Amino acid sequence: MKSLSFTGGFHIEEYKGSTEHLATEKMGLPSKVIIPLSQHIGAPAKPVVKKDDKVKTGQIIGQMQGYVSANIHASLSGTVIEIISVLTPMGRKSSAVVIESDGQDEKFYDASENQNYKDLKKEDIIKTITDAGIVGMGGATFPTHVKLVPPKGKEIKTIIINGAECEPFLTADHRTMIEFPEEMLKGIDIIKQFTGAEKVYIGIENNKPDAINILEEKSKAYKFEVVSLQAKYPQGAEKNLIAAIMKKEVPSGGLPLDVGVVVQNVGTAKAVYDAVCLNTPLYERIVTVSGNSIHKPKNIIVRVGTEFSEIFKFCGDFSLEPAKIISGGPMMGFSIPFIENFSVTKGTSGILAFSKEFSQEKEKYPCIKCARCVDHCPMWLMPSKIEKLGNAGLFDEAEKIAALDCVECGTCAYVCPASRPLVQMIRYTKSKIIDNKNR
Amino acid sequence: MKLNITSSPHIHSPITVKTVMWDVILALLPAGFVGIYFFGFKALAVILTCIISALVAEYVAGKVLKIEFCLLDGSACLTGLLLAFCLPPATPLWIAAIGSIVAIIIGKSVFGGLGKNVFNPALIGRAFLLASWPAFMTSWSPTVKFLSKDWFSLSGKIVKGKEIIDAVSMATPLGYFKEQSLTSGAHFFAKVGQGLIDSTGQVHKMGLWDMIVGNIGGCIGETSAVALLIGAIFLLGRGHITWHIPAPTIITVAILGYVFGSDKLFDPQMMFIHLFCGGLFLGAFFMATDMVTTPITPLGRIIFGFGCGFLIFMIRKFSGSYPEGVCYAILIMNAFTPLIDRFTSPRVFGKGAANG
Repeated sequence: MKSLSFTGGFHIEEYKGSTEHLATEKMGLPSKVIIPLSQHIGAPAKPVVKKDDKVKTGQIIGQMQGYVSANIHASLSGTVIEIISVLTPMGRKSSAVVIESDGQDEKFYDASENQNYKDLKKEDIIKTITDAGIVGMGGATFPTHVKLVPPKGKEIKTIIINGAECEPFLTADHRTMIEFPEEMLKGIDIIKQFTGAEKVYIGIENNKPDAINILEEKSKAYKFEVVSLQAKYPQGAEKNLIAAIMKKEVPSGGLPLDVGVVVQNVGTAKAVYDAVCLNTPLYERIVTVSGNSIHKPKNIIVRVGTEFSEIFKFCGDFSLEPAKIISGGPMMGFSIPFIENFSVTKGTSGILAFSKEFSQEKEKYPCIKCARCVDHCPMWLMPSKIEKLGNAGLFDEAEKIAALDCVECGTCAYVCPASRPLVQMIRYTKSKIIDNKNR
Repeated sequence: MKLNITSSPHIHSPITVKTVMWDVILALLPAGFVGIYFFGFKALAVILTCIISALVAEYVAGKVLKIEFCLLDGSACLTGLLLAFCLPPATPLWIAAIGSIVAIIIGKSVFGGLGKNVFNPALIGRAFLLASWPAFMTSWSPTVKFLSKDWFSLSGKIVKGKEIIDAVSMATPLGYFKEQSLTSGAHFFAKVGQGLIDSTGQVHKMGLWDMIVGNIGGCIGETSAVALLIGAIFLLGRGHITWHIPAPTIITVAILGYVFGSDKLFDPQMMFIHLFCGGLFLGAFFMATDMVTTPITPLGRIIFGFGCGFLIFMIRKFSGSYPEGVCYAILIMNAFTPLIDRFTSPRVFGKGAANG
């Protein structure tokens, strides 16, 4: 099969070897969970439990606020001990419900199976997805019930399932595709049925031939098309994924919907299946735990709200003293300041721990105008020029050369031989441009 | 546990400015060895003089002008090496040293150091020397037999019988073509086949193969197309240079040479002469690709390449006294780099054309 791709990007060393062939392990119940009420893009959920309340697994503890928001569920059964303020992986403050486990894992919902999703009405499907608190599980955490309902005048003709997993180290989506193909395909079928889309593509990078084979075989019954993609970063970025598969450009400032497409992560598709067919809301996910400081790298199924410190214990603790811990992938993830009171959220696709040597900053040099950033930018921008304009405070000029189109994928900073802080500076420049507009 | 907080991305490619510079130096080594092989020990002396003076100049300028520099990053070393490559093999060492110092200080440091200069420093050095000491700069040594007595001569002086003769000189192929006002490629090949006569009266016969491997007169590092190509392929493979500049440069010179090279139109032998007898490959792969002084946009680099190719041919064909035009062509195009960049911004993804 020919592998498709987009123009730009860079093949980054993958580092997936230590976990890609490891079957997922279910982590045992933690003694307590700390569940942030803001795990998604949009308004934080409002707590509907208080101290000393008894809760069951899957019970709503945070009620979504407004349309762009998501419900939050208890991820184990037990007692609410307190509601505290925590830092989320995205660097925001959020209140969080702390639940002490009773060890029973008593379910709040009726987990009896209903495989006959074909008879369900559209309203029922979207209500289930909304109630289950499903958000984009690739890391962007945009509420799925919002993404699946196009605004008036727009139509979803094509669904692209994102199995690219282009971030180095991460193998959570890879394992989902290999271990839960049926569930995932049913989830996709539900999404297709709901949106009325004509065509479904499943895009997978060609460094996961096993996943491509399994899904090609199993998706025949559904008439979904599996597309092999070149292993190249950022192949899984929405706009680049659409460009690779459909040869269409999402307009600048626009959404995939503008070209009739909606993109869903493989994990999200499985969550939709769990919600619709098993009545199970989103309270656990697959996380890749890797990096050179981790003693036993693993793919784990873990409850939302599990503290990072617990997860490291489960993975045999550190073999090397970690100097940097990242929530998410190494290209777009966030480095975090501590591992206690810091927990897994719906968007945590990976947890990486790097030693001092591995996370050492490269030597910095002046820009030598080598143009690597220009040649590899997936949005076809001139990152070095935006950096210089931003440094000089010329934000209007930076806006003219499309600074706002930057998706902060980090390709420019990765390839830069001078180690310029390109992403950081562009992020700052973008925020200044937006500030100036709002003034 | 003390954890570092930094902005994403958290991993970086292992390539640094230092790697780039040393890789370019590595890529130049084959051509350097061939130059030393054919021109003798004096070529090595010029190369070392240029490198050492460049490093000294970098150090002094850095201290005096208070600009950040790092001798180990390879940039000054590379400038020295490139300058040596475009000097005649018998250049007096003091001239080579002055050229190198000018290259670093006037060519780079006064602009603020690495990454800030407008013109290719090595070519600034060469242009300065050509204007100041034209006689030395156009005195070309014939190639000498490897490891012979003349090969070891440091000054270019040779012993002939009982006489010691000051620097032997002989025209470069391109120079010869211009001096003799030759009219066609066939005419040229007939003449060089019989041999060029150096200043001591010795005859040097040349064939196609000599021109390809570098057994002809010229600057130290420019004569061997084979060695330069090996280096260029290495750099292309490592991603340090792209085809955008060298390809249009070489193609333009080849086409113009083929069509307008001789007095009649379409002379394939003239194309060969323009490709292999001058400094085209050194210029196209190693000088015109200098990252700092060339456009960053893909289209800009292509335009830059065409401009270089066009100017190289125009100078070779129409200038009164310069048989070779690579140096000035690239310097002139360097001056246009900011302008080219300004008008060739790439189309941003999702804007314009494709979304009618």
